[in-house]
Amino acid sequence: MRHSALYTILFAACVCLVCSILVCTAAVTLAGRQEENALLYKHKNVLLAAGLIEPRQTVSLEEVEQQFEVMHPCVVDLATGAVLAEVDAEAFNPEAEPHVAAPENNAQIHTVPTRALVYELVRDGKTEMLILPVYGKGLWSTIKGFLALDAADFTIQGITFYEHAETPGLGGEIDNPAWQALWKDREAFDDDMNPIIEVVKGQASNDHEVDGLSGATLTSRGVSNLVRYWLGGNGFGPFLKEFKKGGTS
Amino acid sequence: MARREKQVLLDPLFNDNPIGLKVLGICSALAVTTKMETAVTMSIALTFVTAFSNLSISLIRNKIPTNIRIIVQMTIIASLVIITDQILRAFVPNISRQLSVFVGLIITNCIVLGRAEAFAMQNPPWISFVDGIGNGLGYSLVLLLNGFLRELLGAGQLFGHQVLPLAKDGGWYVPNGMMLLSPAAFFIIGLLIWALRTWKTDQVETE
Amino acid sequence: MEQYLSLGVKAVFIENMALAFFLGMCPFLNCSKKVETAIGLGLAVIFVQSMTVPMNNLIYTYLLKEGALTWLPVVGPQMAELDLSFLGFLSYIGTIAAMVQLVEMTLDRYVPKLYSALGIFLPLITVNCAILGGSLFMVERNYAFGESVVFGVSSGLGWAIAVVALAAIREKMRYSNVPAGLRGLGIAFVVTGLMAIGFMAFSGIQL
Repeated sequence: MRHSALYTILFAACVCLVCSILVCTAAVTLAGRQEENALLYKHKNVLLAAGLIEPRQTVSLEEVEQQFEVMHPCVVDLATGAVLAEVDAEAFNPEAEPHVAAPENNAQIHTVPTRALVYELVRDGKTEMLILPVYGKGLWSTIKGFLALDAADFTIQGITFYEHAETPGLGGEIDNPAWQALWKDREAFDDDMNPIIEVVKGQASNDHEVDGLSGATLTSRGVSNLVRYWLGGNGFGPFLKEFKKGGTS
Repeated sequence: MARREKQVLLDPLFNDNPIGLKVLGICSALAVTTKMETAVTMSIALTFVTAFSNLSISLIRNKIPTNIRIIVQMTIIASLVIITDQILRAFVPNISRQLSVFVGLIITNCIVLGRAEAFAMQNPPWISFVDGIGNGLGYSLVLLLNGFLRELLGAGQLFGHQVLPLAKDGGWYVPNGMMLLSPAAFFIIGLLIWALRTWKTDQVETE
Repeated sequence: MEQYLSLGVKAVFIENMALAFFLGMCPFLNCSKKVETAIGLGLAVIFVQSMTVPMNNLIYTYLLKEGALTWLPVVGPQMAELDLSFLGFLSYIGTIAAMVQLVEMTLDRYVPKLYSALGIFLPLITVNCAILGGSLFMVERNYAFGESVVFGVSSGLGWAIAVVALAAIREKMRYSNVPAGLRGLGIAFVVTGLMAIGFMAFSGIQL
């Protein structure tokens, strides 16, 4: 079917126009709902990491927001570990933070923010847990999650992942509540505040190890490396040291 | 006409299976079949995209200039996939998260382009739509069988529910870890093809 | 320099597109009956991959990602928050389709024998998930331009090595007594599964 060049160009332009309109309409109309889902999901994960809601428990937006009242956000300067009280933590958007080049690390983290949003679980005026945002490279994708530490002895109280694109059924099992439960009460640090927590291949043999996921060595290794990075001197290490010294509430 | 539709709808199940005979759409059959949940969602997504892309392309089949044929088909398919992805993310975010990159890879799923080129370009809209659903069903059959065997034998579960009690939880079933690795999907599909061709001997390849 | 070498070796062996990520399976299984065809397809894939990954990198960096359009003369600064990455799929597929069209025309003119041997699978390189997958990985891992070039060449090379290896094995298997139902496609699936397990041996290497 021979058509003139003009016809071809016009046809192509029409197809592009129609498809773009359809795609953009879908993206824009559903964006609000997707963002709501994303925020609800993120807050839900913070609560899950802290153990305030059970995995696989269906919770509505209102319930999540209500439970979230005990979570006090604060903006932390990563390098010094200081809490930046002058920054409005409620309005702080971690996604919009500018990133700088990350120091050499084995979690394949290329860039890091200079400030991060940390949640403190405060009940009866006392800080019980610290929930830290962590991320790093898995096998296919960047894994993002929350790590909950006990505020008194810095043992790990929970871990959840809210974003990743690991292989469904293999690396994707980092979402499995049964595996996440293995992290509870693990020792994160040694006596000199160096991170010693590790995800090992096979079964854990002491309190600072966590069983690896079978068939997902690289994802497990990725998780191990990213947790160790963020607990270390380049991550939340300075903040945790400051917290231990002064105690913020 | 109903007879033709029935044939177009049901042929791809056993007589002309896209994965088993035409060798199309293999990549996702390997990666997303470790659990029934993801296999089902992928099947539905692919059937939806194939049916509607067949329909749209068939509607404009006489107007498309030959030299930009493939790109036009790809644009339509890509747009449909983006829309499907957006819908999944808005309404079933949990499952969408598990499927992650593989929804995007539906664009390159050879079944969709293969049917557009081989069928939708030469046939009227309604029958093209039916053909899209038929091929989607054929694909779904292989995916669901795969997912069923891999989740059951690999983890003792179906749709996340423990069906075979695991030995480490006090039961008797020691899960076959290899079933969860992708090579197992190759073996299962190979054996399925063997079974299919033993039943339908006309599909056996000559020396 | 060392970083490029390590990236290259990783893409060829440890993260082989065909055997570790199971991308590009349809042409992998269809064009691997003869070593000659496999080599031809492999070379075409290497060429397309080496061209498209860097090109898509430029498109992503200067057109699509958040704040990419700030280089525009008049409206630049207002575009700082515009994020067009949801158009990614469409753009990358467009580049790939154009590149493949170019390869097709070149082969038809200069190497017609290979052109007819590859048949429908040459235009199907457009939908070879390995090619789109390569671009998607490049975006996900935030590669710079230099890294994209190295990644494009080596991931294509890895895929080519895998398909030629399978073709060699299948040629040898013509002298074996394969059961009728498994002949051809079935046994190819099983062999690929075994090759995949073999390549898993590389997965523990840290560079």
